[in-house]
Amino acid sequence: MKAILTVQNITSDFVTSFWTPIFVAIFIAIVTYALWPRNKADFDEAAKIPLREE
Amino acid sequence: MNQSQTAKSMTHGEAGLAIVFAASAFLCLFAAAKALDTAFAFHASLACAASLWAVFAIMNRYYDRPDSLPAREINGRPNYNMGPIKFSAVMAVFWGIAGFSVGLLIASQLAWPALNFDLPWTSFGRLRPLHTSAVVFAFGGNVLIATSFYVVQKTCRARLAGDLAPWFVVIGYNFFILIAGTGYLLGVTQSKEYAEPEWYADLWLTIVWVTYLLVFLMTIVKRKEPHIFVANWFYLAFIVTIAVLHLGNNPALPVSMFGSKSYIAWGGVQDAMFQWWYGHNAVGFFLTAGFLAIMYYFIPKRAERPVYSYRLSIIHFWAIIFLYIWAGPHHLHYTALPDWAQTLGMTFSIMLWMPSWGGMINGMMTLSGAWDKLRTDPVLRMLVVSVAFYGMATFEGPLMSIKVVNSLSHYTDWTIGHVHSGALGWVGFVSFGALYCLFPWLWDRKGLYSLKLVNWHFWIATIGIVLYISSMWVSGILQGLMWRAYTSLGFLEYSFIESVEAMHPFYIIRAAGGALFLIGALIMAFNLWMTVYAREEEVTAPVALQAAAE
Repeated sequence: MKAILTVQNITSDFVTSFWTPIFVAIFIAIVTYALWPRNKADFDEAAKIPLREE
Repeated sequence: MNQSQTAKSMTHGEAGLAIVFAASAFLCLFAAAKALDTAFAFHASLACAASLWAVFAIMNRYYDRPDSLPAREINGRPNYNMGPIKFSAVMAVFWGIAGFSVGLLIASQLAWPALNFDLPWTSFGRLRPLHTSAVVFAFGGNVLIATSFYVVQKTCRARLAGDLAPWFVVIGYNFFILIAGTGYLLGVTQSKEYAEPEWYADLWLTIVWVTYLLVFLMTIVKRKEPHIFVANWFYLAFIVTIAVLHLGNNPALPVSMFGSKSYIAWGGVQDAMFQWWYGHNAVGFFLTAGFLAIMYYFIPKRAERPVYSYRLSIIHFWAIIFLYIWAGPHHLHYTALPDWAQTLGMTFSIMLWMPSWGGMINGMMTLSGAWDKLRTDPVLRMLVVSVAFYGMATFEGPLMSIKVVNSLSHYTDWTIGHVHSGALGWVGFVSFGALYCLFPWLWDRKGLYSLKLVNWHFWIATIGIVLYISSMWVSGILQGLMWRAYTSLGFLEYSFIESVEAMHPFYIIRAAGGALFLIGALIMAFNLWMTVYAREEEVTAPVALQAAAE
């Protein structure tokens, strides 16, 4: 068999079969991180970065 | 103290780049001599001249500069590098006017075909890619490079990484534009929409773009501000994705190393899919993500208000990243592309409604507590109206991606109207707003030469956009309906030429709208020129004048 460079060969079968749930899980993790109450103070500070001079 | 004693010597970068350009000058001279076609000979000669100029420029800069390179910080404050940004900002204004002018010319050619002048170089087919590349890549690209280099320095509180590298990026990118643009006029094209430049221009752009990525990334790495501000995330997504798209869409085999013609590696429907994966994500990551970065920095800055919801901006960013990349197949409805792929593209396009509108609301609501500034500050009004156009265009886009709507709208002027509500309203206005902010900041002026002229620019351009998009909506739907109209006997009711005839009045209105948009840009160029060159004496009494100008 010839070794052909395909997505299957360079990633595992698990990733190619389940990328949809994997991406959805990553996205949900990001949304949770963004909305986590304890992070709010940090994000409110970050929102002011453009207003800080120098 | 010590530095004054060390002898002045070239850095590795200066010496290395000078040698590379010297070698490149010889290679290009050789290529010009061996060239198989005149366009390739012309481009090789241009590259040879540019390489020689680069060697002299590097040497001159070395002899003129002090012994040590500029410090990254002076007295604990970052020593920002504004030179390359000034260059890019000026080039943006230049290319903007050039691109809008060519747009007006080809719009007029559609209304009055005699304006083709019966010359190959001025035919619609060659000028159309010149227009799209000039406005998207030359104007938009320079705006993005200028603002990204500005924003990344300010929000990271760090000097731009690299010494020659930022200059290499801005000059190298504009040289790519020159090669691409002159190529179109000479008939050099690989016939891929928005990716027309041939193989050698593509290779050069790859080198420039990777350098751009490295300069941007290294500036972030050397940051003093611990948090990476959201605008930098958008810029980074723009730079990385454009690199991936460019490499994915352009693998080509040149017929000869000394000729301009090449053949794309992809074939058939795969080529079509690669093309629109590229094409739509050029919209998503060049014309959207990059300019959203401008929105997230310049609107808070100008309104002097924090970003409305930083949490929403994070969700906005990642939703765009996860969704946009799949939307390309909606350009290939009812083609040889498998049906499931078309439906997939349509579904992801519709899902994009949410992040697009989330982002739009975030930009708009940043004005909370500062709405009154819309009345007094036409620059802020321009920025906010651009976001409104973003909302309109991203509402219309998913609508047009729905297959039944697309069966009416595709191949008609509706598409052109949609693109221009995004391009003129969103990308154009947010760029003008950013340039109006940048020029006084870069040249240390207290403010713009005239806010009244900004107001004129705003209204003239807005009327221009309304004329443009409304005429294209009417003509597009009319076209679509005429093409699908059947008589009671089942024959097509109209011949194609009848639909062309019906377009004529709308093409005139569209050209008039484009002319107004161009006039607005000329007013801006004058205003920016005067901001840089006519304020010198007035700076002595800035406070009183500022109050009077308001």
